[in-house]
Amino acid sequence: MQQQQTFAAHSTTEADIDTDIRLLDSVCVNESHLTHPWWHNLKYSLIGIAFGIVFVKAEIVSWFRIQEMFRLQSFHMYGVIGSAVVVGMLSVALIKMFRLKTIYGEPITLHPKTFNKGQIFGGLLFGIGWAFTGACPGPLFAQIGAGATVVLITLLSAIAGTWVYGYLRDKLPH
Amino acid sequence: MQELLMFLSQPWPWYVAGPLIGLTVPILLFIGNKSFGISSSLRHICAACMPAKLPFFNYDWKKEVWNLFFVAGIFVGAIIATFLLSNPNPITVAPALQAELAQYGISNYTNLLPLDLFNWQSLLTLRGFILTVVGGFLVGFGTRYAGGCTSGHAIMGLSTLQIPSLIATICFMVGGFIAANFLLPFILSF
Repeated sequence: MQQQQTFAAHSTTEADIDTDIRLLDSVCVNESHLTHPWWHNLKYSLIGIAFGIVFVKAEIVSWFRIQEMFRLQSFHMYGVIGSAVVVGMLSVALIKMFRLKTIYGEPITLHPKTFNKGQIFGGLLFGIGWAFTGACPGPLFAQIGAGATVVLITLLSAIAGTWVYGYLRDKLPH
Repeated sequence: MQELLMFLSQPWPWYVAGPLIGLTVPILLFIGNKSFGISSSLRHICAACMPAKLPFFNYDWKKEVWNLFFVAGIFVGAIIATFLLSNPNPITVAPALQAELAQYGISNYTNLLPLDLFNWQSLLTLRGFILTVVGGFLVGFGTRYAGGCTSGHAIMGLSTLQIPSLIATICFMVGGFIAANFLLPFILSF
């Protein structure tokens, strides 16, 4: 009950529980309370397509580029991530400064993350997986599209890893 | 037109790709108030296909379906880039890395992944299994445990000046450095 009151901004109890669960990791929160027909989601596919093209053409999904990054043999990946962060930071600063709204007129909301030990333990484990596969979750989809069909197994294994985390969640230190 | 295609077919430099990826942050916020993050898609797939009454997967995944449309787009975009804008030349790789990989019999630079390691036959070898299956498991388990991946923490999290995301990003890099420099030489020698 205490927790539900924290999310008093939402109208129904069902939505409260929903948001509560989704806030467990704040990456996974959909703040828009508008409902749209399903095909409105195709705009995200268009952004995804552009993203996938950049991923492949700039070789961000390349196992070789990731190995070079972790061996300090190339600046490429540091340049990509660094410049992406700078552009993202500037954009977010402008959005905050001018209190910009979405194309539907809703105020843009950002979600603070809270620290837990998972960011350390999980971060280290993901880092190892990143070096092994040469991919983070996004590039997995791109590597399959780029013709390395065996990465489908890597993707299924990543889904299994996510599921096992959900299963063990209460027993893991956070 | 032909020249434009030729131009686009070359590998793109970091100062083109990085800013384009950074722009995804405001674009997703503008078109639907979405926080950039990709690893959540794996969680939604679990929630949709096998929630198994686990509280972590019992939420209305349909509200997050945009994320699945987004990753489907990444898949299609990769197909377009690979088959319509394909780079005719082998992948350029740092000479030091080439020399190291040659010791383990890796010499195929035709794909973005070394096909000597990542193919259906190698899946049954010890090193192929560790890189593909164990690596994939660590990606899925680790990102969810950390609450995000390179997109959610390193790009979205750092863009919004979150300290937890900085900690997570440092740990991604530390894990990767250890794996690439100390674990991989051992695994590749199998």
